[in-house]
Amino acid sequence: MTTATAERLPIRTDSDVVKVRQLVRTLAQEARLSLVDQTKLVTAASELARNTLVYGGGGDAEVVLMTEGVRKGVRAVFSDEGPGIPDLDLALTDGWTSGGGLGLGLSGSRRLVQHFAIDTAAGAGTRVEIATWTR
Amino acid sequence: MTDGVPILRIGSTLLVSIQIDLQDDTALRLQEDLAERITSSGARGVIIDISGLEIVDSFIGRMLASVAGISHVLDATTVVVGMRPAVAITMVELGLSLGDVRTALDVERALALLTPVEQSPEDVLLAAAEREER
Repeated sequence: MTTATAERLPIRTDSDVVKVRQLVRTLAQEARLSLVDQTKLVTAASELARNTLVYGGGGDAEVVLMTEGVRKGVRAVFSDEGPGIPDLDLALTDGWTSGGGLGLGLSGSRRLVQHFAIDTAAGAGTRVEIATWTR
Repeated sequence: MTDGVPILRIGSTLLVSIQIDLQDDTALRLQEDLAERITSSGARGVIIDISGLEIVDSFIGRMLASVAGISHVLDATTVVVGMRPAVAITMVELGLSLGDVRTALDVERALALLTPVEQSPEDVLLAAAEREER
């Protein structure tokens, strides 16, 4: 049985990206993730929050501290109503970018977390969900 | 707009210690401020202390690589110091390489690394002559 408390933050400016990072960091500490797992999760959240801002034209992040028995975890969901990603396979390739970035945001953040799911289509916005649990 | 990151000068080296969670526009401003200061001060070395950073994502990584590139064409060497172990592990997994950016464990080692750059040509020739005498 999973219990959860969620917090939702808007992503409209650079400073919102920082706030999302800080919230994810706080909950990751509360969940007692290892320092490396915390760092990976916060880094992934930073990449995805920036994607939401830059490519999605803004959106929001919902961050949840989850408890399942003795395990705890943190889930973050990034949603926007932007143009969506027409070719997802391509977008998940290292080094591919539609903007001026390094092309590591999606592919790289997928490697940093235990759970990664993405839901997108051209013209239909993008929703990316990541989660990491205590080991 | 937040305050900029202060840039200190020690001899011919510029020292930047990033103590706050940088937002993207602050990072870009630091990049521009550093280019300006290298030119105005004639600095030969730039040390960026990131021990205060809890993460280095692709944006900050790119900023560090850009500063190194910019300082290189302005005849200065950039050394990034103080990266936390968890940050290093995460950066490698993210696929982020700092490219040609030089790194050192702390400011002291970075200063030592930059010292040869600061020597005058006479010093270098003198040191070479001494080696030949031995």
